[in-house]
Amino acid sequence: MNELPQQLVNGLLLGSMYGLVAIGYTMVYGIVQLINFAHGEIFMTGAFGALTVYLYILPDGTSMMIALPLMLVGAVLVSVTIAVGAERFAYRPLRNAPRLAPLITAIGLSLALQQAVWAWYPNATSAIVFPQIEGGPFKIGSVTIQTGDIFLFIAAPISMAILGYFVMKTRTGRGMQATAQDPDTAKLMGVNTDRIIVIAFALGATFAAVGAVAYGLKYGQIDFKMGFLLGLKAFTAAVLGGIGNIYGAMIGGLVLGVAETLATAYIADIPGMDKFGSNAWADVWAFVLLILVLLFRPQGLLGERVADRA
Amino acid sequence: MRQRSLIAITAALSAGALTLTACGSRDSGDKSSDSGGTVVTIGVDAPLTGDLSALGLGIKNSVDLAAKTANKKKYVDGVTFKVVAKDDQAQPSSGQQNATALVADKSVIGVVGPLNSSVAESMQKVFDDAKLVEVSPANTNPALTQGTNWATSKARTYKSYFRTATTDAIQGPFAAQYVFNDAKKKKVFVIDDKKTYGAGLAGTFTTEFKKLGGQVVGTQHINPDTKDFSAVATQVKNSGAEAVYYGGEYPQAGPLSKQIKAAGAKIPLIGGDGIYADDFIKLGGASATGDLATSVGAPVETLDSAKEFVANYKAGGYKEEYGAYGGYSYDSAWSIIEAVKKVVDDNGGKLPDDARAKVTAAVQNVSFDGVTGKVSFDEFGDATNKQLTVYAVENGAWKAVKSGTYAG
Repeated sequence: MNELPQQLVNGLLLGSMYGLVAIGYTMVYGIVQLINFAHGEIFMTGAFGALTVYLYILPDGTSMMIALPLMLVGAVLVSVTIAVGAERFAYRPLRNAPRLAPLITAIGLSLALQQAVWAWYPNATSAIVFPQIEGGPFKIGSVTIQTGDIFLFIAAPISMAILGYFVMKTRTGRGMQATAQDPDTAKLMGVNTDRIIVIAFALGATFAAVGAVAYGLKYGQIDFKMGFLLGLKAFTAAVLGGIGNIYGAMIGGLVLGVAETLATAYIADIPGMDKFGSNAWADVWAFVLLILVLLFRPQGLLGERVADRA
Repeated sequence: MRQRSLIAITAALSAGALTLTACGSRDSGDKSSDSGGTVVTIGVDAPLTGDLSALGLGIKNSVDLAAKTANKKKYVDGVTFKVVAKDDQAQPSSGQQNATALVADKSVIGVVGPLNSSVAESMQKVFDDAKLVEVSPANTNPALTQGTNWATSKARTYKSYFRTATTDAIQGPFAAQYVFNDAKKKKVFVIDDKKTYGAGLAGTFTTEFKKLGGQVVGTQHINPDTKDFSAVATQVKNSGAEAVYYGGEYPQAGPLSKQIKAAGAKIPLIGGDGIYADDFIKLGGASATGDLATSVGAPVETLDSAKEFVANYKAGGYKEEYGAYGGYSYDSAWSIIEAVKKVVDDNGGKLPDDARAKVTAAVQNVSFDGVTGKVSFDEFGDATNKQLTVYAVENGAWKAVKSGTYAG
């Protein structure tokens, strides 16, 4: 049986999740030139926010059809609160400091958030089971789609469409573009840049929260470390797509997800490559791809060549 | 500006302090009441937090129970045992730091642990240099006792290292025989996590399975940091395998089993003692039914010798289950206690100055009826008790299917 269609779907699903998280990296970077390494943890706290709603707020046995929207709200609330709090108390005081200072702060914040969840969330010292949607998998031809993946399949494109509309068409969105191009001039033109930056953090956190709920539904478990590797991959996706470009983040995510999946599935079939083809090597191939792309297009797949205004 | 950066530094420092206190508060040290005499410490090193904490906490509690039992019985006259537990988070680097810390603590007379073979590798030399005895209840990699060339020429590497667990040299083949002869599966897909334990187990399984005439239709190595095994699951489904053998631990095995079944391959996943944990069933969900695991020894509950342990453990009021290694941990601790008793008796009721070296030598010769049966060690430091059991997931719990010993 030909497994290519199934592997492509696997890759696209994984990639959609990378993309949802990558948006947060790319938006924040585009506007304040900060690599927010705590974004992976903002994603993780979103998953715990959703779980809290399910476990401690809703009555036991609530149908997922009712619970899911509320869990999504919980996830977004937690993620956005933490992201905006981080911006206000950790990053804003450092906005005029040398670039390394906020970067190190972001790494510290990332560790602090991980450990805080580990220490204070009940039973979070090991993986916690995430509620699942009932019902069997769906088959389209030879492709099987898991019930938990349906959410991701629907949520990722819708989120992207909303984001595209917001950034391109609304007044606030145009304010964001202006701030990204030149914050000082934008300020002179009457754009409230502080507000725009907060919105960028909040939007990124919202998409991370959607991704976090999708992660829980897809894998059936969440843990305090889940944001670390996924955050790194999402950051890679953002760079691959062209950091600063929101469509680039999504495309970068999809390319990365598909590349990893296909590397796992097919590299071993190439004669002489059987040692380098396993799932454990998928990350290596993903980064080889990143290096190749950056060699030929240093600005990323969709990135624009802009003068560094450091 | 100056003030601002001050705020930032304070924030960063307090965030760091937060992290530290978070770790510190879990550092457990259950001190038993001192009843005079010399106080000696039995160190414990295990993952007390993180993915594998379910197994690690069971180890810690069981050692604690052994120490308390010895104190209550006044088993060694004039010596009171206490337990200091260190968390290695299943990381070799943390394990080595803990080993150094335990060596530095002069009251430590022996150490029980660790859980992971990879962690043990990083600790062995530290303990051996200090002549401090280490007894692991759970390490199954053959190389730890018999050297890296264990398959061809056995040579003991560290005189201070012992274990009460059976090795993968026996566990992998035992599983292969069960899969081939009893479960009648001829085509297997082999997956491991590339760690010392997982890769070792998958290797010994594969060798024996092929020898029996079985066919390995595919192999994969997964990255233990991810949860996305969909590409691997699709491969398994299309390979036509009748079973999957997984060398690794339950945090990955649970989701792996689930994703393989979800991909449409309704075949059992078989693993070693690393997946024999209740959390495997929790993470694997309903589709884990029918999955198999081999684990060292006979099921603790069925042994007469273990009834007392189980009852005492319950009475001890421990929050966590004793888990897969509880009985072995108790026996590991008890072998140290026996050795201390021997050393103290030989020295006229007092602990000698070179107690660590003497205890290490004494552990080599211990022999007693423990929780898991007769406990003694062979010339490599391996347990002489080589019993194994196959367990299957039924109605959301592990059920013993077959016990036996592997005979070549």
